[in-house]
Amino acid sequence: MNFIENEIFLLSLTFAVFLASRMLQRRTGLVFLNPILVSIVVLIAFLSFSGVSYGTYSDSCRYIDFWLKPAVVALGVPLYRQLEAIKKQILPLLLAELAGCVVGIVSVVLVAELLGASREVVMSLAPKAVTTPIAIEISSAMGGIPALTASVVICTGIFGGMAGFRMVKMSHIKSPIATGISLGTAAHAVGTSAAMEKGYRYGAFSSLGLTLNGLFTALLAPFILSLMGYSA
Amino acid sequence: MILQCAVLFAFMALGEFVVYFTGVPIPSSIVGMILLAVALKLRIVREMWVNKISDFLVKNLGFFFVPAGVGVMNCFGLISEQWLPIAGASVVSTFLIIAFTGRIHQLIRKLGSHRNELYRE
Repeated sequence: MNFIENEIFLLSLTFAVFLASRMLQRRTGLVFLNPILVSIVVLIAFLSFSGVSYGTYSDSCRYIDFWLKPAVVALGVPLYRQLEAIKKQILPLLLAELAGCVVGIVSVVLVAELLGASREVVMSLAPKAVTTPIAIEISSAMGGIPALTASVVICTGIFGGMAGFRMVKMSHIKSPIATGISLGTAAHAVGTSAAMEKGYRYGAFSSLGLTLNGLFTALLAPFILSLMGYSA
Repeated sequence: MILQCAVLFAFMALGEFVVYFTGVPIPSSIVGMILLAVALKLRIVREMWVNKISDFLVKNLGFFFVPAGVGVMNCFGLISEQWLPIAGASVVSTFLIIAFTGRIHQLIRKLGSHRNELYRE
């Protein structure tokens, strides 16, 4: 076996590439050099040139993937720390979330149709704003392609994390709470990690946004899509 | 640190348990997140039991998405065929979600702000 297929090597490489990408962004201060994005691009380039298969790579990185679930569970702590603020404005939060959920699904489907996407691509895109497990569930139930959904979900998250604050500014959103929930609603956990960097309060409300949009999307997406003429 | 891991994994397991027995169409990690927040609120779990591990994981959340993101390379064929609708729809919709969610939240808060000063943080 080739050494570059060694799982500890691939695991260390992932850490090293991420550290280097993060340093690159800190040195340059450029938003588009998002460390998650840069790491993914570098690692894909590495795999393509070295000929290591994605299967070998993802097997080695299951130790990193494993922490995704506990990390989402850990978001319960920031959520708890903001519970009082959430209780005080439960109605505005729920209504804003509901709007975000419906607008998200309807707009992605309409624009994709308009630009000529095939049916299975439209269904793969429909749940793209929410966290991967929910998105994949909906996508496969509606006849989408789960692998494409997973990719689009992550790309959306990275894009939301990079451009989200600029979009917030363009939309004249000023309160940290509104900013936080918007980012979590549009860009799930990756958006939340960007919000966390901006400030703890932003991050906490972003985790609320990702939770509520996840719940609303799981419950409403099949219904909204059938109203739009797509049946399971 | 062992206590911290034990508590966090207990809630992950609890999330799995709830999903397994009720069949709710929600990921176990989200169920675990909600249960953890509730348990902290009800003082069943103390914040100092989980704060270290959760602060660490939450701070580094982005990193855990890297290997999954590399999986994009499996869909290059489909993405290059339909890159315009995929990218266009994602960008437009992400912007609209942010604009609608944030603006509607602000609007409703403003309408109710005479009752509540929390809006001015």
